[in-house]
Order: sequence, then C-alpha cells, then structure tokens
Amino acid sequence: MAGHKTVETTGLLGWIDQRFPLTSSYKAHLSEYYAPKNFNFWYFFGSLALFVLVLQIVTGIFLVMHYKPDAQFAFQSVEYIMREVPGGWFIRYMHSTGASMFFVVVYLHMVRALIYGSYRKPRELVWIFGVGIFLCLMGEAFFGYLLPWGQMSFWGAQVIVNLFSAIPFIGPELSIWIRGDYVVSDATLNRFFAFHVIAIPLVLLGLVAAHVIALHEVGSNNPDGVDIKAKKDKLGRPLDGIPFHPFYTVHDIMGVAGFLIIFMAIIFFAPEMGGYFLEFNNFIPADPLKTPLHIAPVWYFTPFYSMLRATTDDFTWVLAGAAVLGAIVMFLRNKGLLKLLVPVVLLGVAVLLRLIDAKFWGVVAMGGAVVLLFFLPWLDYCPVKSIRYRPGWHKTLYGIFFANFVVLGYLGTQAPTDLFNLISQIGTLIYLGFFFLMPVWSRLGTFKPVPDRVTFHAH
Amino acid sequence: MIKKLLCALALLITCTGAIASGGEFALDRAPNRINELTSLQNGAKLFVNYCLNCHSAASMRYNKLNDIGLTDEQIRTSLLFTGDKVGDLMMGSVSVKDGKRWFGVMPPDLSVIARAKSANAGPTGSDYIYTYLRTFYRDTSKPTGWDNLAYPAAAMPHVLYERQGPRELTTIVTHEHEAPGGKGHAGWERVTTTYDALGYASSKTEKLENYHGKASTEHKFKALDATRTSAYDNDVADLTAFMTWMSEPVQQKRKQIGVWVLLFLGLFFVVAWRLNASFWKHVK
Repeated sequence: MAGHKTVETTGLLGWIDQRFPLTSSYKAHLSEYYAPKNFNFWYFFGSLALFVLVLQIVTGIFLVMHYKPDAQFAFQSVEYIMREVPGGWFIRYMHSTGASMFFVVVYLHMVRALIYGSYRKPRELVWIFGVGIFLCLMGEAFFGYLLPWGQMSFWGAQVIVNLFSAIPFIGPELSIWIRGDYVVSDATLNRFFAFHVIAIPLVLLGLVAAHVIALHEVGSNNPDGVDIKAKKDKLGRPLDGIPFHPFYTVHDIMGVAGFLIIFMAIIFFAPEMGGYFLEFNNFIPADPLKTPLHIAPVWYFTPFYSMLRATTDDFTWVLAGAAVLGAIVMFLRNKGLLKLLVPVVLLGVAVLLRLIDAKFWGVVAMGGAVVLLFFLPWLDYCPVKSIRYRPGWHKTLYGIFFANFVVLGYLGTQAPTDLFNLISQIGTLIYLGFFFLMPVWSRLGTFKPVPDRVTFHAH
Repeated sequence: MIKKLLCALALLITCTGAIASGGEFALDRAPNRINELTSLQNGAKLFVNYCLNCHSAASMRYNKLNDIGLTDEQIRTSLLFTGDKVGDLMMGSVSVKDGKRWFGVMPPDLSVIARAKSANAGPTGSDYIYTYLRTFYRDTSKPTGWDNLAYPAAAMPHVLYERQGPRELTTIVTHEHEAPGGKGHAGWERVTTTYDALGYASSKTEKLENYHGKASTEHKFKALDATRTSAYDNDVADLTAFMTWMSEPVQQKRKQIGVWVLLFLGLFFVVAWRLNASFWKHVK
C-alpha cells in the first residue's frame, strides 16, 4: 500500500498514529522535549500566560452569550450579567481580572526574556512572535475595553482613535474610517466587538502556536544562558535537560495553583483592585456630552500613555537634537554607503520632528516604544546572554530600566502636571536610550566566564 | 554616574508621591452597615420613597430585595406604589425630557452609583453618598435654592430636607488677598460667610496681621433641630448602606464564597507542591 507508515503503537493508538502524528507529537513536544533543568521562578509565566489565555477565551464565550453589543443596551447588559445571570458576576470578574493579570504575567514573562537574553540567537523568531502576541494583546485589551460602554470605555476609545487623526494628510479621514462615525458610537462599538471576539483572537492563537512551535524547534533558554544541547549523553539527550512531561507539567501545575490563589483572592475580595482593574468611572454609562475631568487608560497601557503625553512641542526639540547627534556619530563611525545613508535618514527625521505636529510624534513614541522591541535581538551585542554573567553596572542599568517603566506607568494614571510631565520626558528618554544605545553599552564592561553546564541545585 | 541616576530616580519617585496627595473636599467616613439587615431595609424604604421618584435603579428588580430579608408580600404592600409587579425593574417616573427641563440634567441612574463615585486609592463611593446627602445647605442665589459642599452646584435640591431639619452653614476661608491694582499679595484675610436656615448669606472679612499659617477652608453646620438632624444622619447611613449593597448585591456572598475558594486553593497548592517535589527529588 502506498504511503503505508510503520508505527510502534498498536490498537486504537496505532490506528491513529498511522493517520495522524499523535504519539510522535506527544513525544516531540512533551515527553521527549528536553527543557533545561535549572528553570527558576521566572519560568512560570510562560505556562501561566497560556493558562490565562484559555481562561479569557472560555469566560469570553460565556460573556458573549449574554452581552449585547449595542450602545443602547451594552452598559445594562453588563449589569444584567453581574446580577441576573447565574454565576455571571464570577465569569465577568474572571474576565476583567484576567485581562489585567494577563498583562501582569506577560510583562513578567518579558522581563524574564530580557534578563536572561532569551531573545538572542537562535531564538529571534520566538521573541518576534512573542512581541506580536504582546501587540495583539494590547489590541485585544483596547477593543475589549470599549464593550462595557462606560465613561472610561467611551472616552478612552475616543482619545486613542483621535490619535490617528494626528497622522499627516490621511489622519482625519483615517480616524473617521476607524470609528465608522464622527465620534465613538454604536458603529464603533459593533466593529470593536467584532475585533475583540473574532479578528484579534484568531491572530493571537496563530501567533501563540507559532511562538510555541518556534520555541520547541530551538529549545528553551535558561537562567544561565547556556546551550544545553552542547553536552549530550550517548542517546543524544541533553545532559542538563529534563523531559518537559512530567517534570515541568507538575512544576507548572504548582505555578498555576500559586497563581490561582492570587487571582481568586482578587476576584473574590478586590475585583476592582482599588480602581486599577475596573475603573470606577466606568460604572457611569458612556455620555458623549460629558467629558470626564481625567481620562486615564487602564494601568497596563499607562507606561506607553506617559510617553505619548511626554512628547510635547518642546520635547521634540530634544528628540530632534538626539537624532542630529546620532547622525553625527553614525557619520563618524560607519563606512561605505551607511556612512551617508544613516545620517541622512536621521537628519531627515530631525527636520520632520520639528515640521510635523508634536501630537503625531507622541503617537510615534508610544507605538515606537513597542515596535522597538521587535529589533531587540539585533540591538544586543553582549557576549553573554544571561544577566548572571554581565558586569554589575549592567544589572543596575536593567534595574533602572524596569523601575523607570514602573514610574512611567504610575505617571500615566495621574492627571498631568508640569513636574509629572518633566519626569515622563526623562523617563521616555531613559526608555528610548536603553534600546537605542544598547549596541554600544551592551558590549562594554568585564563579563564573567560562562560555565559549560547549567547551575543546578537538586531539590 | 549610576549612583547619580539611582538618586535621581529615588528623588523622582518620592516627588511623585508627594504631589499625588492633593486635597479636595474631605469626605466623611460612611459607617459600615452592609451586614445589618434592618439598616439595609430602612435604606431600601428611604430609597424607594425619596430617590426613586426622579432617579431610577434600572439594574435592580424589586424582588432582589428578597436578599436583604424582605418578602414579596412586604415589597408589594410597602414598597410598590404604582402598578409595578415585584419582578419589575426599579424605574423612576421622570422622562429624560422632563429631567432636562426641570433640573437641567437627567437625574442619573443610581444602580451602581456607589461604585462609580469611588476614587482610586481614595474614599469609597459610600463615603461620597454619606457626605453628599449630609452637606446640603440653603443658598438663595442658586436656581433650586440649594447647594452642596461635596458636589458644588449640584442640580439636585435637598429632597430629604424635611427629615434633616433646618441648618445654618458657616464657611471660613483664610487666603492671601491681592494688593489693590492686582500686583503681588498684600497680606492674609479671613472671610466668614454664614448661610442662615433660609439661605440668606452674610459675609464679613477681617485682615490678618502676622499670619504665618496656610490657606484653608473650613465649613461648620449648626443644626437648629439637633434631634431631627442626628436621626437624619442615622437614616443617611442606612440609605448609604442600601445603595452600597445595591451597587453589587452579590458582594457579601462573593466574600463568603471567596474564603472557601482560597481554603481549597491553599490545599491544592500544598498537594501540587508535594507532587512536584516527589517528581523532582530524583533529579540530580
């Protein structure tokens, strides 16, 4: 028989294996997928992100059964879920808390990648798919936030969609096209609903699959940044590796248990989380005629929102100055075609920074802060992957970067003042400088020798 | 260099903390009566009698009051005045058009107002309601004849006036005043304004010599019928408790279930932890 496949399994499993790579997939991704045995606390967040994703999808399905995507009924239908749908409040709180916790988990997952160099060769694609997931998640959160149709839903969407109108030439038409109306309205609510429940989740699931497949192709990094495939036993198994199942499945179950304790404590005892997970203003139905005094996005967007607000007309002088400085340095250091090309582009950017409205550059700073992450694998020239073997001052630099991100996040929740704006501007410079100067600082300093094998202490 | 950066960062964080604590009108703390059924029932009675005429609670059904110990029969006889059924939503009787004509604004729905009026890391919506309903004062210069300290220029008149009884308000504002001609400050002055029980204001200004304090605003109410006013405070506490309960009727049950959920998860965590340890103890 043509194409007949011989398999080791018999019976039903054998029948399936002849037609579908069940046993081989199980082995390749679970029982014989070797992961480094020195994973620490930071390595819980990948599986937790997957867990929260499933939770969001399942709770989302049940919410859609009762929610009405209609400007007339949306707000009431959410309260209907909270009061009259049996268990509806629990489903809704899981979904609203899940959204915030998704970002908590993903931010920590990204911190892990940053400190252990998990984005470095050969894991560039794992990282790029991951940043794609992060972008989708931001889209998902943004579109989803309009659905309860409260004041913050409405005005948050209004502010963000209005940002697109800052794009030169096409901006105003573009923002009307996005909204489907001149203001955020029923038309906007319906299309955001479509994006939230169909379009983005589809892309998100595809990216998650790609993220995991790419990861399993190259194998996981570890806290030492050592390649475990370099040292193998006679059977070709990595000496420092351990089968994902059962060792990391039981490990991740413990992680999920710990996560659920925090997650459920929030749901049952502080579902609003002091106004940071569920904003208090969002308990007021959307009113297009009444602008709230202070419009703040949900906490997970606030670091980027701070960078947007920091980009004032004065600040574009600073950015233009930085671009000119960059042009001079690039001219002095590069050779050949790049010697002219890069400085010309940078000078062009410097001129445009002053020609186009600062609002547009605010949008660019906010978007760019995320897009910049895509290029991280090619910005880092550090000879070692893990922070463990970097010079002490590198650790300080990472510390400043993370603290700065938190400060920016805090400022984004606050009403703007002159001082806050100045701090946001410094924070924006620290954020951008960290990445743009990474090709320079990442290779400086005395690095510690990286061991051949991972550091592992038996439990 | 690094140390300087760290210092700068530390400074930034402390500065932002210091500025974040700005001042608005300080709200009174609402007594916590969310677990007291008699209070909630009294609150429900007041709510239906006084609030529900103009406001709605469109997310609430009358028979949801079963949860605070009222039977359908009690609801029907004491709380339903129109042809409503016990399963109906609590709808007010003011149309949007009338609301705008009478008050300039449609009286808002009150279903979740206790949640909506909370502030991030600040007073709760219950505190707001408790304070708002107790800081009305008569002011003849206002269209409704009333104003409010917690929500200045409120469109709502003091509906519960009869229950609170007449009061006088004295407001003492200490501030720097400008020199004649508008340049610089000439010194400090204290303006004492009294609104009598009928809402007529009288004001007197005194210059302060050698004043080294800060600018301040102080409000003092004087109840002319102290018994009625203190009974009113008690009623408002009940009404606040009811509106807090109404904003999320499941909140008490939620916390009760939460205790069991966390106990279970604690146990589950121990099992998961030991399971993990038993697998990993052989890994060298």
